[in-house]
Amino acid sequence: MTTPMCPLAVSACTVTSALGRGLAAQHDALRHARSGLRPNDFGSAPRLGWIGRVAGVEAVALPAMPTAWDCRNNRLAWLGLQQDGFLDRVHAARARYGARRVALLLGTSTASIGVTEEAYRRLDTDGRFPADLRRPALHAPDSPSAFAAAALALEGPCLTVSTACSSSAKAFASAARLLELDLADAALVGGVDSLCDNVLFGFNALELISPAACRPFDTARDGISIGEAAGFALLERIDAAPRAPRLLGYGEASDAWHMSSPHPDGHGAELALDAALARAGLAAAQVDYVNLHGTASRQNDAMEAALLTRRFPATTRASSTKGFTGHTLGAAGIVEATIALQAIEHGFVPGNLGAATPDPGCGVQFAWQNETRRVDVALSNSFGFGGNNACLVFGRAP
Amino acid sequence: MKPLDLFVEGIGLWSPRLGDFAALRALLAGAAPAAAIAPAAPLLPANERRRAPESVRLAVEVAGQALAMSGRDPGTLACVFASAHGDQAITDAICATLARAPAELSPTRFHHSVHNAPAGYWTIATGCRAPSSAVCAGARSFAAALLEASTQALAEQRPVLLVCSDIAGRGPLLEMTRCDRAFGCALLLAPEAGTTTLARLRLKLPADHVASTPPPATLADAVVGNPAAAALPLLALLAGAGGRCRLELATALDLLIDVEPAA
Repeated sequence: MTTPMCPLAVSACTVTSALGRGLAAQHDALRHARSGLRPNDFGSAPRLGWIGRVAGVEAVALPAMPTAWDCRNNRLAWLGLQQDGFLDRVHAARARYGARRVALLLGTSTASIGVTEEAYRRLDTDGRFPADLRRPALHAPDSPSAFAAAALALEGPCLTVSTACSSSAKAFASAARLLELDLADAALVGGVDSLCDNVLFGFNALELISPAACRPFDTARDGISIGEAAGFALLERIDAAPRAPRLLGYGEASDAWHMSSPHPDGHGAELALDAALARAGLAAAQVDYVNLHGTASRQNDAMEAALLTRRFPATTRASSTKGFTGHTLGAAGIVEATIALQAIEHGFVPGNLGAATPDPGCGVQFAWQNETRRVDVALSNSFGFGGNNACLVFGRAP
Repeated sequence: MKPLDLFVEGIGLWSPRLGDFAALRALLAGAAPAAAIAPAAPLLPANERRRAPESVRLAVEVAGQALAMSGRDPGTLACVFASAHGDQAITDAICATLARAPAELSPTRFHHSVHNAPAGYWTIATGCRAPSSAVCAGARSFAAALLEASTQALAEQRPVLLVCSDIAGRGPLLEMTRCDRAFGCALLLAPEAGTTTLARLRLKLPADHVASTPPPATLADAVVGNPAAAALPLLALLAGAGGRCRLELATALDLLIDVEPAA
């Protein structure tokens, strides 16, 4: 029996994706129904499908720290940390609570594997990594949290969560537990995933990449568009930021079904939803907006549309925003958490971009166009390979 | 913070030298355990066992050992799978393919490459619909995952299965990971004492940061070559009369663990 949790303040957040740098760029793109997707111009040939690429990552300079950390994924993380005054908020938390009392929990799917790919393309004559890429910390899946801990001088509990596309949503759950047990006073959560050959060719091998911009919940949807993003949030106890929006609940569950397909009945997704609502102490009818996982794969969207119809009234509005950002994989949870938080802040439901002909399985809850309405409670779904489901509930401060 | 009390109900272990926790006990008692046979992972259905990558078989083997000791129902048991490097053999194969002919990447190899492949296989094999996670923290993966599993057990008042494992690396990547042998372990942690309790763990984050506890001399050569083997000082206390050990949790933060065997 899942019992209500003590809500936490989301005292700061930021996001950088194909929609641009920072919250304002994201909000502006959502308002104007402007997608960040473009034909694939990244990585090895053949360049398949469309992507959500962050402009200017290659030109980012890391802070003064050993060059051993330098790679595209960490540059994207650092670019993201610099937006919206977020670094100042982290430094203030560190000063207020002490470096050991700020936890760091980041989600990623592939971390900095792009560097490992490059090393294999450039093996030296002895079959070793080229000398400039012999940097063990980058060839490890925890490189995002290890880099961020070093760059931000944080000394609290530190972990990378890597459960594919639910990774950065689950970072919120881990952080909530650390704060509840008083192992930290603040937690930096979020995630970063950057484009790499592994995911572009891997999803292609699974025949899950759309040849054009992805069309979530369209009748003729034919697969995902992969994106990249970095997003972060600072969680603190409510008394530290009583007016900030809140994390009201989280839910996690497994499908026990298949490694690369969701359960067709959405059983695990629904268990995660139930747990999230129970922790928030809310009924489904009290949810104003659901940011859907909505990848534009045939199976995910069919399952998720049915779940929405089954559980929510027409007054709950819902949309996928993958048509804007692409599927940012391990970063999707934090990207869409910031969209849910913006829905609350601005009284704005982003339309489900990309569905010219909505799937008839979609119910009346779908917001096909932008809607202006008060949003007090917003929920975000994130589902990953291996049947790994997460659901977050955010709410306005009363 | 208040100390965190966890109750160990099951312990799994596999390395080329030690096939289970009983073998560790025997070794520490002065016996010479027979070399371990390859991880059998009997909980995987036969066809899945053939398909499953080595990282999954190792993780499922030790998870199954801990589960069997506890007698818990895996269907509702939350689980945390940690690995510092994921499946290094698959990373090596994928990167080699991507360098040569990227369009030839195998779909199966790709979905086996996700860090949560062991969690996925485990939940599918056991019908588990409880929360499952997959985490990493480099050389500190065991300590960080122990804290993650412990906080889940206490905050949510539910038993949690912790698994920490890494297989041997290969190919050019091995020079970076320096993880050249397999090691896996599992702890089934409950928030309350019960009839199957083997020991109590009391976790604290001490104010000071000093050297981690070395393993007993018998195990000195068993802790090298695999980051998951950082669990051995704790496993040795569980195999013996209990005591205290310290594991590095983050750059300047330790996890202090007091082990008290059940009466």
